[in-house]
Amino acid sequence: MTSPSIPAIHATALAKSFGDVRAVTGVDLTVQPGEIVAFLGPNGAGKTTTIDMMLGLTPPDGGDVEVFGLAPRAAISRGLVSAVLQTGGLLKDLTVRETLDLTASLFADTRPVAEVLDRAGITDIAARRVGLCSGGQQQRLRFAMALLSDPGLLILDEPTTGMDVEGRRAFWSAIRADADRGRTVLFATHYLDEADEYADRIVLMSRGTIVADGATADIKNLVSGRILRATLPDADVAELAALPSVDDASVQGERITLHTSDSDALARHLLTHTAARDIEITSQNLESVFLALTSEGVSA
Amino acid sequence: MTTHIVPAESNRQQTTPSSAARVQLDRRVPPFGGFTWTYLRIELARKLRNRRTLIFTLIFPVMMFLIVGYPMRDVPLTDTAVADGGPSVAAFIMVSMAMYGAMMSATQTGASVAVERAQGWSRQLRLTPLNPLVNVLIKMIAGMLLGLVAVIATYVVGAVSGIQLSAVQWISTGLVGWLLASAVFTTLGLMVGYLVPGENAAQVTSLAIVLLAFIGGLFYPVSSMPDFMQTIAAFTPVYGISELARAPLTGDGFHLAALANALTWFVVFLAGTVFFFRRDTKRV
Repeated sequence: MTSPSIPAIHATALAKSFGDVRAVTGVDLTVQPGEIVAFLGPNGAGKTTTIDMMLGLTPPDGGDVEVFGLAPRAAISRGLVSAVLQTGGLLKDLTVRETLDLTASLFADTRPVAEVLDRAGITDIAARRVGLCSGGQQQRLRFAMALLSDPGLLILDEPTTGMDVEGRRAFWSAIRADADRGRTVLFATHYLDEADEYADRIVLMSRGTIVADGATADIKNLVSGRILRATLPDADVAELAALPSVDDASVQGERITLHTSDSDALARHLLTHTAARDIEITSQNLESVFLALTSEGVSA
Repeated sequence: MTTHIVPAESNRQQTTPSSAARVQLDRRVPPFGGFTWTYLRIELARKLRNRRTLIFTLIFPVMMFLIVGYPMRDVPLTDTAVADGGPSVAAFIMVSMAMYGAMMSATQTGASVAVERAQGWSRQLRLTPLNPLVNVLIKMIAGMLLGLVAVIATYVVGAVSGIQLSAVQWISTGLVGWLLASAVFTTLGLMVGYLVPGENAAQVTSLAIVLLAFIGGLFYPVSSMPDFMQTIAAFTPVYGISELARAPLTGDGFHLAALANALTWFVVFLAGTVFFFRRDTKRV
């Protein structure tokens, strides 16, 4: 019996380069059993490469990764980890059911094919050729394939790509139900909304490294809010930072930059009580947070 | 709204008993690297419902035999007349065409490994316990079984057409042709597949097979070629295996050169497969 103290994922100093491109530079990550973790980052952040190393699809240049205390390949052989990948191909000439029969036959123990068809919501298209299925249906088939071994860890790379709203909702409710049974889930996404809604924990990745890692609410605070810029001669940084709803303030010459959770109240205050002009309000987004965090990381 | 919720709830209740148990972390590894009859059965089914595969491996050899071989059923291959029990030129062509079917099946199998890799299916399989070598092995067995069907189909049509051979001749030509064609041309297909990535592999190998079959004397007897062509032909991969397969027809035995040819090409294609496979996986 595997003791509960063994982490589902334990990665230390993982690194991978492709030629001159350093895709992943020193990723340390420990995920406990039962956690739902969102791997959030822009395209090219190194999410997919990190996932490939966790699955043993790409050997790391440096560092090490274990899945339930085993090498990735050993964990896959036992059906302990499965994945829905962007790159995973399907045989177009097989039917949906044949694809699942074939995949199921390869594992020592599996759930019944009828059950995973039902869970992925594709029972009605079981007899259809894969090549005739829509992108969303093929994605659900990959999900069904990943469920066959009833894995302890499920890794999903942009899992809902190509799914419609209904499919997306059914997909996530199935994932949620599984997490209650102790299944660990790690999913990569570049949608903050998806990470916010479904993950317990968000790991922010940018330029090949983890730039922030914390509970979903904390990470969301970091990303939410607005940026207010204005021209204000002789501004006092400390005074601005002390204003209610201001999280962060900086001054460059006559230009002030304030990070706020209530831009309306702040703008009203600035316009009525100070000489501020040329007010410009932009919403904070993932890209700007990534940029900020990454440049902090570089300067630190 | 209520009517919508009710079926959803009943669905959940159906799945709950089977999946409510906690996820087990104590697991077994499947035996034999993941070899299963289910996979082999599905591989065969795929081939049998692929119209192009059926045309090139089953229908084409049979048609070629009927068009080219059947009219020669009374032309003796050796000094013994067909009426006196000697083999006919039709028997010679029958063996050649049966081999062509086995070669086609073997080559397409080898190439399909590469095509499925390009489509990402191999990557999908790497998320399962299946050993990549076992994957290739299963596909090879399926390809050989279809090749056997091609040999048997051509021989059945030959027998029905009135070709007379001894039991030893039927079995030895069929078995030697089938096994040699499978060995040499599965490795050729694999090598080309790893060398030419993607869907082009199938086209390149089909073209290569037709050219090699011509120069190797499968469609046109080498002895009727100009001298310099005969010399070239003797060094091409189809020549050796077809000489060996047809040797039992004449009863003259076979030349060591033919055996050397077959072995050399098998080793060359196998080495090429290993070399290009390694280069390919290094690239990632």
